[in-house]
Amino acid sequence: MEFPNCPIPTQKHDRITMAHGGGGRMTARLIENIFYPAFANRWLEQAHDGAMLSLPSSRIAFTTDSFVVNPLFFPGGNIGDLAINGTVNDLLCCGATPLHLSAGFILEEGFPIDALEKIVRAMQTAAIQAGISIVTGDTKVVEHGKCDGLFINTAGIGVIPPNIDIGLHRVAKGDAVIVTGSIGNHGVAILSSRESLGFESSIRSDTAALTSIVANLLAELPEVHILRDPTRGGLSSTLNEIAEGAKATIVIDEEALPIDPPVKAACDLLGLDPLYVANEGLMLIFLPDKYAKQALRIIQSDTHGKNARIIGRVTNNKKPEVILKLALGQTRIIDMLSGEQLPRIC
Amino acid sequence: MWYEQPFRNSGNLTILLRAIRKIATFPIHIMEVCGGQTYALSRYRIEDLLPETIQMIHGPGCPVCVTAEETVARAIEIARFPGTIFCTFGDMMRVPSAEGWSLQRLKAEGKDIRMLYSPLDALEIARENPGKEVVFLAIGFETTTPIYTLLLQEIIDRAISNLSLLTSLFTIPAAVSFLARDPECQIECLLAAGHVCSITGIKVYERLSHELNMPIAITGFEPADLLYGIYRVIQLKAQGKNTAVNAYRRAVPERGNEIAQAATNRFFMPYDAHWRGLGTIPAGGLKLRPEYEQYDARNRFPCNVKPDIRPSMCHAGEIMKGKISPRECPLFGSRCTPDTPLGASMVSSEGACAAFYRYNTN
Repeated sequence: MEFPNCPIPTQKHDRITMAHGGGGRMTARLIENIFYPAFANRWLEQAHDGAMLSLPSSRIAFTTDSFVVNPLFFPGGNIGDLAINGTVNDLLCCGATPLHLSAGFILEEGFPIDALEKIVRAMQTAAIQAGISIVTGDTKVVEHGKCDGLFINTAGIGVIPPNIDIGLHRVAKGDAVIVTGSIGNHGVAILSSRESLGFESSIRSDTAALTSIVANLLAELPEVHILRDPTRGGLSSTLNEIAEGAKATIVIDEEALPIDPPVKAACDLLGLDPLYVANEGLMLIFLPDKYAKQALRIIQSDTHGKNARIIGRVTNNKKPEVILKLALGQTRIIDMLSGEQLPRIC
Repeated sequence: MWYEQPFRNSGNLTILLRAIRKIATFPIHIMEVCGGQTYALSRYRIEDLLPETIQMIHGPGCPVCVTAEETVARAIEIARFPGTIFCTFGDMMRVPSAEGWSLQRLKAEGKDIRMLYSPLDALEIARENPGKEVVFLAIGFETTTPIYTLLLQEIIDRAISNLSLLTSLFTIPAAVSFLARDPECQIECLLAAGHVCSITGIKVYERLSHELNMPIAITGFEPADLLYGIYRVIQLKAQGKNTAVNAYRRAVPERGNEIAQAATNRFFMPYDAHWRGLGTIPAGGLKLRPEYEQYDARNRFPCNVKPDIRPSMCHAGEIMKGKISPRECPLFGSRCTPDTPLGASMVSSEGACAAFYRYNTN
């Protein structure tokens, strides 16, 4: 839809100016030209200060997330699809069916408008794939140098089916631990795309919304105890959060961990432990052992779940720790990540 | 197939362990020199697999851990100079100074401190910021030093006037010799650092083994490499042979990397260097030759740093000498953790304390 008062169309080399955040004509033009065409849906077209929604249930999951990844474009995705997928996965972790998202943009003066368009289009593609709509949003512009290109904040809501009860309180002795895919791809992809590193690889971010995996899993196996996406801090930090929160001992079998050989090699080269490297399209699933094989079949039938594995067990419900069992039976504790491993990973 | 797989394969490790058990019939103290080896020993819990007769001592081979307090204090002073861009490898960011400052803390206060993966990236930073002084904190052993010679060569070729190096460079054989001669030191055999040897060659270690009356195995970093190195030194000890063997042939040529050696000698010369936790080691470090002094950040930034800062609490020196294990340090795991490091060996992933904390605490 063309904005009638502004006869000059967006030029390819146009850049964001302070006026785009002023709330006046330029802001309106940005919204009309970039956001509305991409996100088009009936809620957004209400053109109101907020979206007015009717939800099918009052059992709601609600989440928020911010994205500051550097660089904005990386192998396998960009900050746009990362934002959508990350928010959708957080809703899925609540056992919810994701429905609606908000998107807030903080833009740096001078940011190229064609890059913004690319990011917004990637958001819409990700939204369609995840089965959600972006129903409300906001843009602000800050002076050059006050933010790094573009930051995105999202919020998401979804509804939780009545038979689903997911949470730390459900984790129990004997639970099987499943990971839905290979670990460490996102972190290494980001690293390899930072100019300073000087190595090239075929490793791509795993960013993806795992809507279909979770939907199919919960439809057949509502007994799932916990779902968590091991993003920043990697698998080990999320496992430690679960162990701590559920007061459970989790034993992971190192040889069962799915790690792609290029990721393994890159981690060796850079002195990183893949257990601490970030993921963006991965889910940790705890459920009673008797359902583990069935769950694995369901997950592996999905595009994003081909490398899923059963990687461990909950062995008791008292001592909160995560133990890694090594190839020759030795064990060691895996701790939470200390400090930062890689800044601005998502 | 992934190239390192045979060196982590449980079948191969079992064969090596069986061979070690057969010959490790007497008590023996073995020092692994390099922090990378310490890390791998902890990461793969290799000490749990060894017979009780074998006691591993974690050596000084982590450049972050041995960088002198004076250098850390100087780095922090230089980074505070207005108009300075201070560049460093990531691990040095969190090393605390005697006064509790770190580069990370300075960065949070708004100083321009950048974490680089390659020293050569400093060239671009210097070019893009002609009005600023760029400094690279050049830490390392024989393995990293040749990269700094490339950096220096580029600085000279491109006539870059706003880039200098704050060097903290060490040489392993001098330190090993110093440690082994300490009367309190327990070391009976050495696993020499394979990557250092890939630069220096093995001759220097042959000499060292004769001087110290000690078997040495030049050893790699994968579990099978470490077990093979351990096997070879025990074998030599049992046979009473004080000699050096190359147990890392796939990476270490006999003469080392002669191009890298020549470049190192061109720019740097040995001097008596202070190793954090160990003290001054004769000819234990490398500094810029006088003709290249203009590239030494020490000459560009007048600092008021006392040369003899000593750590008040950290026991890393005793750990590196094998006198105590990290667990025996009263600060370990309580006041000193990777989140709140009091000494450098709790910061670097290759530091004995950090490796121990991450992989050995229960």
